[in-house]
Amino acid sequence: MSRWGAGRQCNRLGSVRKAAAYRSGYMDSASSEPLHPAARETLMAAYERGYADPRRLHGPGRDARLLLDNARAVVAECLEVRPDEVTFTPSGTDAVHRGLLGLRPSGTTVAHSAVEHSAVVHAATWAGEAVEIPVSRIGRVDPGLGGVSGGVVAVQSANHEVGTLQPVEEIAARLDVPLFVDACASMGRLPLPRGWDALAGSAHKWGGPAGVGVLLVRKGARWRHPFPGDDRGDERAVGFENVPAALAAAAALRAVVTERDEVNPRQSALVDRIRAAAAEIPDVEVVGDPVERLPHLVTFSCLYVDGEALVTELDRRGYGVASGSACTASTLTPSRVLEAMGVLTHGNVRVSLTRDTTAEEVGGFVAVLPEVVRDLRAQVGL
Amino acid sequence: MTPDLELDCRGMLCPLPVIELGKRYAEVPVGGLVAVLADDVAARTDIAAWCRMRGQEYLGEDPEERYLVRRVSP
Repeated sequence: MSRWGAGRQCNRLGSVRKAAAYRSGYMDSASSEPLHPAARETLMAAYERGYADPRRLHGPGRDARLLLDNARAVVAECLEVRPDEVTFTPSGTDAVHRGLLGLRPSGTTVAHSAVEHSAVVHAATWAGEAVEIPVSRIGRVDPGLGGVSGGVVAVQSANHEVGTLQPVEEIAARLDVPLFVDACASMGRLPLPRGWDALAGSAHKWGGPAGVGVLLVRKGARWRHPFPGDDRGDERAVGFENVPAALAAAAALRAVVTERDEVNPRQSALVDRIRAAAAEIPDVEVVGDPVERLPHLVTFSCLYVDGEALVTELDRRGYGVASGSACTASTLTPSRVLEAMGVLTHGNVRVSLTRDTTAEEVGGFVAVLPEVVRDLRAQVGL
Repeated sequence: MTPDLELDCRGMLCPLPVIELGKRYAEVPVGGLVAVLADDVAARTDIAAWCRMRGQEYLGEDPEERYLVRRVSP
């Protein structure tokens, strides 16, 4: 038997159960929200019926087509757009790349805010020279774009690292070039801003499955395939659609949109509690807009503390959080977002609540945080 | 400007240059100048942020690529 034999396979599958035990204390929904129960039910049912090629004329093909059309219709309704403006993509990143680059008139420069997700930055620099639009200390883009211009402008709906909402509608009102909006951080949680020509979202950030992005292209927008096209039913789609996942993403989106009037105020109050507790620790700076922000996310930086050590110590106590500090990044460079805002990049922690994070979990987190910070500072003699 | 204290933090990764600054800035009197030599990319943002958070004055980089900090408070 080869080294990839059956015994080894079984052990690997067994590790899924072990991993599932880490649940309470997970506060990194901005990286990925746990699958919404509505998505889980839909996913299992859709795998039974949604396996065929939606373009085929036989019964199973028509079934798959029906499920895909349903998914599109539900997403369109939740986001208040037309169904023919919705395309499912293989990821949020892919939706960003296609959405932004499809709007760019050839030979022109992309202007993007200095706090965009790396997916936007990678797309912009791939296309050629890009220009950055500066942000304020709280991470907000100036509605006048600080005088910067380009052939297409990219601005996020909300910042994925610090939660600050961007003035998309004010920017759109003044703009005479196409506007791309990366709405991955807010889709489902908040209504979409108006004024965009193309917009991207990512299902696993609202509780849908990973591997489903949503690309919206406004009817009448000048959008062209930036990459090779395909012969799917949807002219903007490429590759065989993951029909069950798209339907599950739609089910999760509908549930999240329905629940947000209850979930958002609850999360926002818990975030306020974390903001207040972190600000009480000496030499800790809570960053981002305290009010005009995402409901579920807060970021702070602790002076003299190593970000990786902070994340590791909190993990040891059962709290899963993210960090924008250099030592925790794959690139060994600090977060561009924090850098652009001019705030401390080391000792950084991003907490993002899931839909069922409890007051007890937040209470436990704010109780251990001061001691973790104090211990790490004591280790370096401060 | 001749610094009263120079901290050579080359080769140190974040947050070590800022830790060094936090530990040693008080060796200069109020009004004194500290220069930090650091090649970690995070130092540019973090030394300025340290000054803001600790109530000290950040003067920017000098021609020798040192970050200059004036001690203006205890």
